[in-house]
Amino acid sequence: MSLSPAVDGRLPVAKTFKLYVGGAFPRSESGRSYPVSDAKGRLLAHAALASRKDVRDAVSAAGSAFRGWSGATAYNRGQVLYRVAEMLQARHDQFADDVLAAEGGTRKKAAALVDAAIDRWVWYAGWTDKIASVLGSVNPVAGPLVNWSTPEPTGVVGVLAPQSSSLLGLVDAVAPVLATGCTAVVVASQERPLPAVGLAEVLATSDVPGGVVNLLTGSTAELAPWLAAHGDVHALDLTGAPPDLAAECERAAAGTVKRVLPRPATEPDPTRTPGLARLRAFTEIKTVWHPVGR
Amino acid sequence: MDTWDYAPAPESAALANVAPTYRPFVDGAFVDGGGEALKTVNPATEEVLAEVGTASEQDVDRAVAAARRAFEKTWGPMPGAERAKYLYRIARIVAERSRELAVLETLDNGKPIRESRDVDVPTASAHLFHHAGWADKLGYAGLGPDPRPVGVVGAVIPWNFPLLMAVWKIAPALACGNTIVLKPAETTPLTALVLAEIAAEAGLPAGVLNVLPGAGGVGAALVAHPGLDKVAFTGSTDVGKEIQRTLAGTGRRLTLELGGKAANIVYDDAAIDQAVEGVVDGIFFNQGHVCCAGSRLLVQESIAEEFSELLLRRVETLRVGDPLDKNTDVGAINSRAQLDRIVDLAAAGDAEGAERWTSSCPLPERGLYFPPTVFSGVEQTMRVAREEIFGPVLSVLTFRTPEEAVAKANNTPYGLSAGIWTEKGAKAMWTARRLRAGVVWTNTFHRFDPTSPFGGYRESGFGREGGRAGLEAYLS
Repeated sequence: MSLSPAVDGRLPVAKTFKLYVGGAFPRSESGRSYPVSDAKGRLLAHAALASRKDVRDAVSAAGSAFRGWSGATAYNRGQVLYRVAEMLQARHDQFADDVLAAEGGTRKKAAALVDAAIDRWVWYAGWTDKIASVLGSVNPVAGPLVNWSTPEPTGVVGVLAPQSSSLLGLVDAVAPVLATGCTAVVVASQERPLPAVGLAEVLATSDVPGGVVNLLTGSTAELAPWLAAHGDVHALDLTGAPPDLAAECERAAAGTVKRVLPRPATEPDPTRTPGLARLRAFTEIKTVWHPVGR
Repeated sequence: MDTWDYAPAPESAALANVAPTYRPFVDGAFVDGGGEALKTVNPATEEVLAEVGTASEQDVDRAVAAARRAFEKTWGPMPGAERAKYLYRIARIVAERSRELAVLETLDNGKPIRESRDVDVPTASAHLFHHAGWADKLGYAGLGPDPRPVGVVGAVIPWNFPLLMAVWKIAPALACGNTIVLKPAETTPLTALVLAEIAAEAGLPAGVLNVLPGAGGVGAALVAHPGLDKVAFTGSTDVGKEIQRTLAGTGRRLTLELGGKAANIVYDDAAIDQAVEGVVDGIFFNQGHVCCAGSRLLVQESIAEEFSELLLRRVETLRVGDPLDKNTDVGAINSRAQLDRIVDLAAAGDAEGAERWTSSCPLPERGLYFPPTVFSGVEQTMRVAREEIFGPVLSVLTFRTPEEAVAKANNTPYGLSAGIWTEKGAKAMWTARRLRAGVVWTNTFHRFDPTSPFGGYRESGFGREGGRAGLEAYLS
């Protein structure tokens, strides 16, 4: 709770909710912010209202971080993602409060969503060093050549996070991007951005290198077209796109032949067991050939 | 050293059984198309080979409707094991009629008979044979226990490997239980229509495969058709982007196999003679009409001079000429429009200061030909280094360190293929890992196999063709 009243004569220190770009927590370069309310309409905080230039900074940071993150061993990425789960677990109760404030419902349900978010990180942490075994192949070509195919990370992924599920939905979208070795520019749920900022703080303390995840808060409709058209973004997750903007984003994505995970008709239920779809969506199969001979 | 003269060894054009007219194949029958007939030309002579009926928008509607009916009534519900047998039959008939198909391909496309005979047709038959076997084993493809077909597929393919590209779409689509409407390239429709005849001979149910010849307008009408569930396109990046825009927001599936500007990296510790052969094959195979052609040679500075000498000496021996002659290495350019484009881009190389070398090999007096050409002193900013020429034109750049080689190789919006030449295994793997390209040939080039996924990174498209990974595009 951010702007909670004094308790026993002591006023709690409220948090400033900022962006997360390149491992740092800047305000929007635009100096803008917007009020964020809880599920009952009470003011919670002012979040940063990110701009086109913040998008550019975030893409630049994600691009710089790609080489290191994609080049890390899968084992290492798995450890880092598991570390995120550890850090999230340690702040479980605070996230439950934040999710309750953002989404309403009961404290018990909010706590269960946080549990699921932690478990989702663990699930994807375990995938990092199995993706290649499951999606890759050794190909029995007809000739004296050895030939194999492996999935490689696509690059910088622009993620429009789900609008309803402020934490679990966000993790469901971001964790697979990281598991593949991609880096991300994430636009958080517009109305429910505060758990996302909390997650950025967790990432910053979880050995996730700066720039691997960049998280923007603000107007999805304002930011999405810039992200969709940016030449250094290689893939787009439109799950949280405004319905009237999704097709426009897909059209913009065609300008540089981006891979697009389209906006589903209804927001996916983030409590379901995820399949491989999101890992496949952000990987490229590379096939390598070499002759066999003496 | 004196060398013996080559005696011509022409394959007989009569083997192709060219018919005076061809027609669209819709709902199991060859029908009169509503579009204006086109004349397909033998680029080796610029003589008309045959007249081909083309599709109108109504024909596109009819073909898509036929494919939908076949998907719902016959092909979709058919057990995979039965689908498999149809594809095996087609694979076998393609092999049986391989000589006819090879000659026909060479006549319509201009590629040397050696390539259509040894690469295009056998690889097409193999692709059908491989995918036939998948039809009843899709539950083992890693996409869940019971993956479903996508539905009706619209496919648009280019003129550089007319039969092979048709098969690259048809085989996985049909194996996975989809039906298909295929639009072959305007300048090379014949082998796809013979393939339709083969499908009919094999007893393939009506509507499962439909072939609609025509120009770009037919392709545009097909890919935009609301009756499709998926579009598969092979062709230029510009058209691919347009198709991606067309399909935006429709929820229809899309795979794109687009252009390339592949780097062929030759390190100073390469087996030089093999590397020369690989570089020559990389750019002059199929007149350079290959999306994965190794059109940028990156040679390490310390061996650049020696390597260039050997390379030019070898290129000088390539024989350009009658595509039906079994001695021919480089055949005819497929169309006047493509020849003009190659001429323009080569002129841009001159204008921007690259140094042009041209093989002195004599060209036939008539027909569409472009001599093997090598530009040296090429800078990364030049058009001959950035744009896909799609012709027998190689651009030579140099590098000093492996890091520089990788940076230059990746300095393109494309990412289809790449080549690496070194005798050091660790360095080859180090390089292969860093190249942002879908297919990496180390100490070899231009290898294709039905079991091996092929496709690009970045603006070379998305989706794979071949192997287990290639099935994903045709299953949901």
